[in-house]
Amino acid sequence: MALLEIKNLHARVAAPGGRDILKGVNLTINAGEVHAIMGKNGSGKSTLAQVLAGREAYEVTEGEVLYKGQNLLELSAEERAREGVFLAFQYPVEIPGVSTSYFLKAAVNAVRKHRGEKELDAAAFLKLVKDKMKLLKMEPSFMNRAINEGFSGGEKKRNEIFQMAVMNPALALMDETDSGLDVDALKTVAEGAASLRRPDNAILVVTHYERLLQYIVPDVVHVMMNGRLVMNGGKDLAIKVDTQGYDWVEKEVGQLV
Amino acid sequence: MTQVADKTTHLSNFTQFREVPGGSPSWLEARRKAGIDRFDFIGFPTTREEEWRHTNVAPIAKTAFKLASRDSAALASETAARFGFGNDAAVELVFVNGHYAPHLSRPAKLPRGVRAISLADALESDDAALEPHLARYADVVKNPFVALNAGFIRDGAFVHLPRGATVEKPIHLLFVSTPSREPAVAHPRVLVVAEEGAQATVVESYVGGGKGVYFTNAVTEIVAAPGARIDHCKLQQENLEAFHVATMQVQLGRDSHFVSHSASIGSRLTRNDLNVVMAGEHADATVNGLVLATGEQHIDNHTLLDHAQPNCPSHELYKHVLGAKSVGVFKGRILVRQAAQKTDSKQTSKALLLSDDATMHSMPALEIYADDVKCTHGSSLGPVDEEQVFYLRTRGVGLEAARHLMTYAFAADITRRIRVEPVRRRLEEYMAAQHGLPIDLRITDLGAHDEAVRQL
Repeated sequence: MALLEIKNLHARVAAPGGRDILKGVNLTINAGEVHAIMGKNGSGKSTLAQVLAGREAYEVTEGEVLYKGQNLLELSAEERAREGVFLAFQYPVEIPGVSTSYFLKAAVNAVRKHRGEKELDAAAFLKLVKDKMKLLKMEPSFMNRAINEGFSGGEKKRNEIFQMAVMNPALALMDETDSGLDVDALKTVAEGAASLRRPDNAILVVTHYERLLQYIVPDVVHVMMNGRLVMNGGKDLAIKVDTQGYDWVEKEVGQLV
Repeated sequence: MTQVADKTTHLSNFTQFREVPGGSPSWLEARRKAGIDRFDFIGFPTTREEEWRHTNVAPIAKTAFKLASRDSAALASETAARFGFGNDAAVELVFVNGHYAPHLSRPAKLPRGVRAISLADALESDDAALEPHLARYADVVKNPFVALNAGFIRDGAFVHLPRGATVEKPIHLLFVSTPSREPAVAHPRVLVVAEEGAQATVVESYVGGGKGVYFTNAVTEIVAAPGARIDHCKLQQENLEAFHVATMQVQLGRDSHFVSHSASIGSRLTRNDLNVVMAGEHADATVNGLVLATGEQHIDNHTLLDHAQPNCPSHELYKHVLGAKSVGVFKGRILVRQAAQKTDSKQTSKALLLSDDATMHSMPALEIYADDVKCTHGSSLGPVDEEQVFYLRTRGVGLEAARHLMTYAFAADITRRIRVEPVRRRLEEYMAAQHGLPIDLRITDLGAHDEAVRQL
């Protein structure tokens, strides 16, 4: 059974007269795989990640999504998270007033509770996060600071992958994690994410650039255009898109789109 | 409850008040008389007046309040114990229904020359530091409640910090109200005088126990001489039937620093006026406020940052969390006088509306008469940020819990700026309890960013 099966997914902005964004996405991801979706701005690739994470700003109008064989679209955002779906945000949100340690502990324990596992106490939690902090080169003081507040773009992205490491998801959705990062920050973030790859989980990387995929080498690269996945290939496809842009893709699949 | 016309009840209270002997130097008699005469002349304000447009004080005007008497009941000591700071305070003066209660107060361990005593005691000895300052700053002409309070100046607190004195722990002035069967009014008065270079933290708490209507009509005057530093907190946690009207008038000398945090949680109706006059160059003022209202509470904060001299920075952040049918009013006036070049002033007001029936009136008012100044203001209101809520939900936090957490976080943005640990802890514990959250969500390591925030 595939970990994730997306069949003919259509979605639009959930507002009267809302724009159609996803226009029939088909995608199957098996455990152990890394998939990358590349595409121009506005092609719908971030929307796909958001819809999978349960953002209510989008309305699914057609199609289905099976996650571990169950209907993912029936679950609320928090239920999806507890079932092992994780979204690394393109623009991580600042939450002044709440400490990162409290937030992460609440998150980890929400998942554990859902699974019928014992909730972690402060000591067990710290033990869990210690190594992950090293992995993402987080300052020790970070846990007691407010969530993302006053962080640079790079720090926020590192924090996303750090959270991903702590939450240990079955399906990680990385939404343009590489945007706004310099070379060093990209390396830290990408290596951190790559190290989380396991035979029993999967990663879906949404990106503009091939850079990130040098670290998290994808099994399948998809190109998204006008709300559909129009082409797929190996990692060479990412290189070709990165060097040649999308015009040739458009020509090749033009009649389909 | 007896309903009477307007001000007569207070005028007859004044007649009764004058009969009590002691603590009445002649200069004060004159100021009291001027106060009550002014009150008699202008009476209670109505919503036709611009300054009172959104706050109807008719329920106060129509209630026959007698003067609050001392109370030695168990409720007073219980309430004092509940809201006291214990060893976290350098000194704790407790007042019950406006009267100093020595048996509930904690003796001072203060540096030489520093006085934190009851105003009644200070007046009894006609302390030399009183006459130049007491009832000299708060405006009896424009504000009828200040005028009314002036008529009844007798008890309250007097804090005097001589030149260069530093008091590390907070000086806590705890005003406890214990309602009786008949509605009663107290007119507490606080005077804080900090001489050159003196530093202290002053906390005023206004709290009420039990049930029943009462009225606290407080006036505080703070005078900071050049180079002095006053960190001030005000906690208003009156009972939910109470009326609370208070003016704080702050006079800042050259190079002085003033930081104020006000938290309004209790009362049926509150009106705070906070006026800060930057009367010397390079004085700086930070005034922050937090309103946590629900039910049918009405909380009004009027602030005035009066830039009278050049090179003074001022920062202001007020946040309101309004639930049920509560009403928040914020008027933030920034006055930059012609002489006040290089003024740098920033004002922000934010309201979180937890219900469709909650109302916020936010009115920035900038009056700028100098040409080389930087003044900004911003105001926002709305429900909990859904973007933040979604972020929390994608981490497994449930919708309701996420909303509670965000509401806490909204308010904690004010409390984390409070340097006075017992105040900050008390508020954060209160908020956590309100939202069913454990206390371990407090940010303990403030980090460089929070330190920077505090410096603002």
